[in-house]
Amino acid sequence: MEPIIQGRVYKFGDNINSDIIIPGRYLIYIDRERLGQHAFEMLGEGFPDKLRNYEILVAGRNFGCGSAREQAATAIQGLGIKAVIACSFARTFYRNAINDGLPIVECPSLYSAVSEGDEIRIDLAKGLIQHQNSQYSFPSLPASVRQILELGGLAEYLKTQLK
Amino acid sequence: MTIAEKILAAKSGRDSVAPGEIVDAYPDLVMSHTATWRSVSVMERVGATRLYDPNRLAIVLDHISPAKTEKYAADQQISRNFARKFGIQKFYDIDSGIAHLVLMEAGHVAPGDLIVGTDSHCTIYGSLGALGTGIGYTEVASVWITGKLWMKVPESVRIVLEGCFGPGVYAKDLMLHLIGKLGADGCTYNSVEFYGSVSRFSISERMTMANLAMEMGVKCAFIPPDESTAEYLRGRLAEDRAFRPGMFEKARADADAQYARHLEVDLSQLEPMVACPHEVENTKPVGEVAGTHIDQAFLGSCANAKYEDLVVAARILKGRRIHPGVRLIVTPGSKQIMLEAMNSGVLQTLLESGGMVTNPGCGACAGDGGMLADGEVCLSTANRNFLGRMGSNKSQIYLSSPATLAASAIRGAITDPREFLN
Repeated sequence: MEPIIQGRVYKFGDNINSDIIIPGRYLIYIDRERLGQHAFEMLGEGFPDKLRNYEILVAGRNFGCGSAREQAATAIQGLGIKAVIACSFARTFYRNAINDGLPIVECPSLYSAVSEGDEIRIDLAKGLIQHQNSQYSFPSLPASVRQILELGGLAEYLKTQLK
Repeated sequence: MTIAEKILAAKSGRDSVAPGEIVDAYPDLVMSHTATWRSVSVMERVGATRLYDPNRLAIVLDHISPAKTEKYAADQQISRNFARKFGIQKFYDIDSGIAHLVLMEAGHVAPGDLIVGTDSHCTIYGSLGALGTGIGYTEVASVWITGKLWMKVPESVRIVLEGCFGPGVYAKDLMLHLIGKLGADGCTYNSVEFYGSVSRFSISERMTMANLAMEMGVKCAFIPPDESTAEYLRGRLAEDRAFRPGMFEKARADADAQYARHLEVDLSQLEPMVACPHEVENTKPVGEVAGTHIDQAFLGSCANAKYEDLVVAARILKGRRIHPGVRLIVTPGSKQIMLEAMNSGVLQTLLESGGMVTNPGCGACAGDGGMLADGEVCLSTANRNFLGRMGSNKSQIYLSSPATLAASAIRGAITDPREFLN
């Protein structure tokens, strides 16, 4: 996990469910590349390829709701997305993102200020987002959870525990 | 303490816990379904060779069964080989049915248990007073190896049901009403406890409630165990966890338990409800969507393919034919349910009405058969109507109770089931 994440924003609405993020028929895969090829394809033309021009997803309420499929987080990483910022996350997606090494940030105040294509900068350690001339703060993760993210996910963390 | 607090305290070796605290909890049962091979691959990737306790694992191959491609066959082979290698006793192959229903029928779920699994609808175990919640496959592998996982103690919401359902109204309608009212994130990270009239509900109806609660974003949901629960558990609980009346205290809230919110629902005011595409929170009374043409009716899923659900549909379909333009797909929730429906003649009624019956399992809800073409509409008794979940992203899924489904299959359009109740 990079401590500073910088890039262009793609913006989604509320209740983006994990069936939209990666349809059930692709759960036969667990690797980022192949999952990324089908991420968000249910949304129609242009998806998912147009998302490859962005580094950060910004979403409204309840991002990742629905199925507990871990591949939702993997598929997003397969697109080259470095972080997801949302007003709120569904709990299974929240856990899966951490376990998959995908940084997630809850920051409702950013949502209305940011537009598609805007450049933002996330400082995960300081809990700050820089957008144009404004700064937005977000609560940092508990230390134990952050350690999992920093190692790149739960599998990598488990390796350190089993040594 | 609330029920969730009590169970999380017990499973993390604490006297008490409070909402917001993070604890290391040791689940009694770790369920993995078709995703099992993915957890096996994590074990290999991290180089783990031992399980914390093989008796805590339960594996049910339910989502795509039997295998429909070579890839699924290979994945199932990995799961079977793993179960054999580690001597997993609670292994259920493709003939068994939907994991949640199979595990409850087999007596692997008891009040006060903590159960995690690779499926968001693990919340259903709350119908028997167990804390069930979904996690990803990597985390399942982690619990297999270490026996524990970190859990945040949720805030609890108390929902009191008053009165009785009118005719043609069921637990599914109550839950669609609540999801519509509170929203898909109305109870995110909350534990929901149901009280009041729920004590008169059958275990099957309670399962529907705890299952659908997931669609409000809950971490877990509970119907406190009572005499009906005891009746269900008698003769089911496995020998190593013989039934004891005192076990119910582990899944009952203290008198001074603190709740973040209190809600009341008057059941007598509820109508049959339908969730419209493409979100479960998009609910309407059936009258507002009556007449909507349907191409397919799916009577299945862990929400509403229990024996009672099949009986409700069969009562309406008995002696009637479904509309010639409708495909009625019936997927019993488990082999036990299918056997019961076979013996009682319910399956015959469903077949004679023009329906087809598939093998038990998740079936069309998980995209295993029953896919929809562009422009097609499916009415389903499942718990999700998300865009493209059953095929084309130009198809539409509506959700309802088994009664509304049966009435609609007859007319070929969404229909108020009360028109068929005399």
